Amino acid sequence: MASLTLRNLHKRFGNTTVLSGINLDVASGEFVVIVGPSGCGKSTLLRAIAGLEDIDEGTIKIGEIDVLMLPPSKRGIAMVFQSYALYPHMTVYENMSFGMKIAGAPAEEIDQVVRAAADTLGLATLLERTPKELSGGQRQRTAIGRAIVRRPRIFLFDEPLSNLDASLRVKMRHEIARLHDMLETTMIYVTHDQAEAMTLADRIVVLRDGFVEQTGSPNELYNYPANRFVAGFIGSPAMNFLAGFVVDSHPNKTIVRLESGTMIHVNTGAGELSPDSPVTLGIRPEHLATGGNHNSIKTEVKLVEPLGSHSYVYLDTPDAHEPLIFRASGDFRGAKGDGLTVCISADDCHLFGTDGGELRQKPSGRITINQGDHL
Amino acid sequence: MKKLWSGSGVHIGLSFLAMFAIIPLLWMLSVSFMSPGEVSSFPPPLLPENPTFDNYTKLFEYSNMGRNFLNSLFVASAATLLSLTFNVSAGYAFAKLEFKGRQLLFRCLLSALVIPAQVSMIPLFLMLKGMGLVNSWIGVLIPFVASIFGIFLVRQYALSIPTEMIESARIEGASEMRIFQSVVLPLLKPILITLGLFTFLAAWNDFFWPLIVLTDSDKYTLPIALASLSREHVQDVELMMAGAVVTVTPVLVLFLTLQRFYMSGYLAGSVKG
Repeated sequence: MASLTLRNLHKRFGNTTVLSGINLDVASGEFVVIVGPSGCGKSTLLRAIAGLEDIDEGTIKIGEIDVLMLPPSKRGIAMVFQSYALYPHMTVYENMSFGMKIAGAPAEEIDQVVRAAADTLGLATLLERTPKELSGGQRQRTAIGRAIVRRPRIFLFDEPLSNLDASLRVKMRHEIARLHDMLETTMIYVTHDQAEAMTLADRIVVLRDGFVEQTGSPNELYNYPANRFVAGFIGSPAMNFLAGFVVDSHPNKTIVRLESGTMIHVNTGAGELSPDSPVTLGIRPEHLATGGNHNSIKTEVKLVEPLGSHSYVYLDTPDAHEPLIFRASGDFRGAKGDGLTVCISADDCHLFGTDGGELRQKPSGRITINQGDHL
Repeated sequence: MKKLWSGSGVHIGLSFLAMFAIIPLLWMLSVSFMSPGEVSSFPPPLLPENPTFDNYTKLFEYSNMGRNFLNSLFVASAATLLSLTFNVSAGYAFAKLEFKGRQLLFRCLLSALVIPAQVSMIPLFLMLKGMGLVNSWIGVLIPFVASIFGIFLVRQYALSIPTEMIESARIEGASEMRIFQSVVLPLLKPILITLGLFTFLAAWNDFFWPLIVLTDSDKYTLPIALASLSREHVQDVELMMAGAVVTVTPVLVLFLTLQRFYMSGYLAGSVKG
């Protein structure tokens, strides 16, 4: 296993800038998940690390070695692709041993390594099958096995579970987590699936338009997003946003007036913002509640999505442009058109300034990272 | 029930049309076994009265048909081999390898498709004459070395190979040649068969170009030999039909044997591209 250091990475395709000065340090053995919306540059970043994409500027170090001028095969990486990229005319055994054969490894060693990897992944009985005779999960395990036999210093995963159905995805997610624990190798994992990011990552990197918006542990990103983009991107369903104005501000308390005139008390300071400054109030669906009058807003039920253990209730309110999402209990009985008053928890409210930056203070210190800042 | 009837109707219609294609071939075969002059009687017989191999014996003993058959076999095989070597490499390169001017070069090639082959024959002949290649095997084979249609066909098919598969092989340390041999070529099998068959048929049946380039009768291919035979034995229809059977049979058998691959390769190339 090895560390990874990216410094000032730039990549352009014609006039389109895909990566804008990416800086990132990944510790040896760390599991880092890169997330972001489509077109944010996450796959390009992974391909640049693999050496499949030339970069215009910057450095990439794996361990202490600058790998920028090295071809993919010399970088000590292995990559698992979304489409598995298995060779359809070869058996599972041949697929897994292809790289070692090219490297000129002795047949006995190849056999030993391939069979060990197959045992680890539960592929021992499938070695003579071709990819078309395998299920989606078995194919993905073969692709992972092919990566394992290379004994790479860094594993790169490019949305490896996207082609699988929901239940298989969960199973393979556990498999990958188990592999990381077992192999203790550095892993860089690109996905757009939040559940994968939150459950697998030691650290999540959020990308947008080629910039790193924030890096941090899954809980850190969820509870203390650096800006409105991260707040909206991390968490499913997404955070609710309500536009308002600062009425009064103290170091740990702010009163916000929503567009309808409703006053909301928030247990966080508004920083340098003066009264009447526009702010955005952010509240996660699970931090809305019914049955109180303090910090409450009047809404109307638009849609109820019962999910058994809980329900998501979509609420129309003049204070938000999009319907508010409220995580209610599984036995919620409201129907479309019903009026509902929901309370906003003052402790769990997020406050975003006009630049999108989060004004809420983290226990260890205030986060004031603006869009485009590098971490 | 209605569906069954409409299906049967289609089959009857297709069988009727197929008869139009097959009957001349079957009659050609039948006439080749007739005695000299038998087919000229009225009404023309459908089957030989006394089937005989005399026409085939005469064909191979007195005319040079055996030699012509081998010439055709050599020209068609060599043309197929050359065509596969160059067109498959070029088609793959246009589909999957990054190089400067790739799109521009490909567009130029495509625009050259509108030029009829016949137009380029005289300049090509003059070039070969200047190089001293007239009446040589190289001269006959040169037009088959690279064809725009072949390159296009392979390119369209190669586009359907996932780039990630090639990249994966690169990460595993395979050289470009190794990737081509071990990963790409096996996947191109249907289009290799299609293009190979296509080229073999074209080279085997080609009449015009060998007629222009070859002057020595020892080097004549079957179509030219058949044409000269028809000039010499204009009355001997039965002998002519035996020559036609010898010319048509190998390619017909080859086509029927490889038909399955041929169609799948041809269709995949046109749809997946």
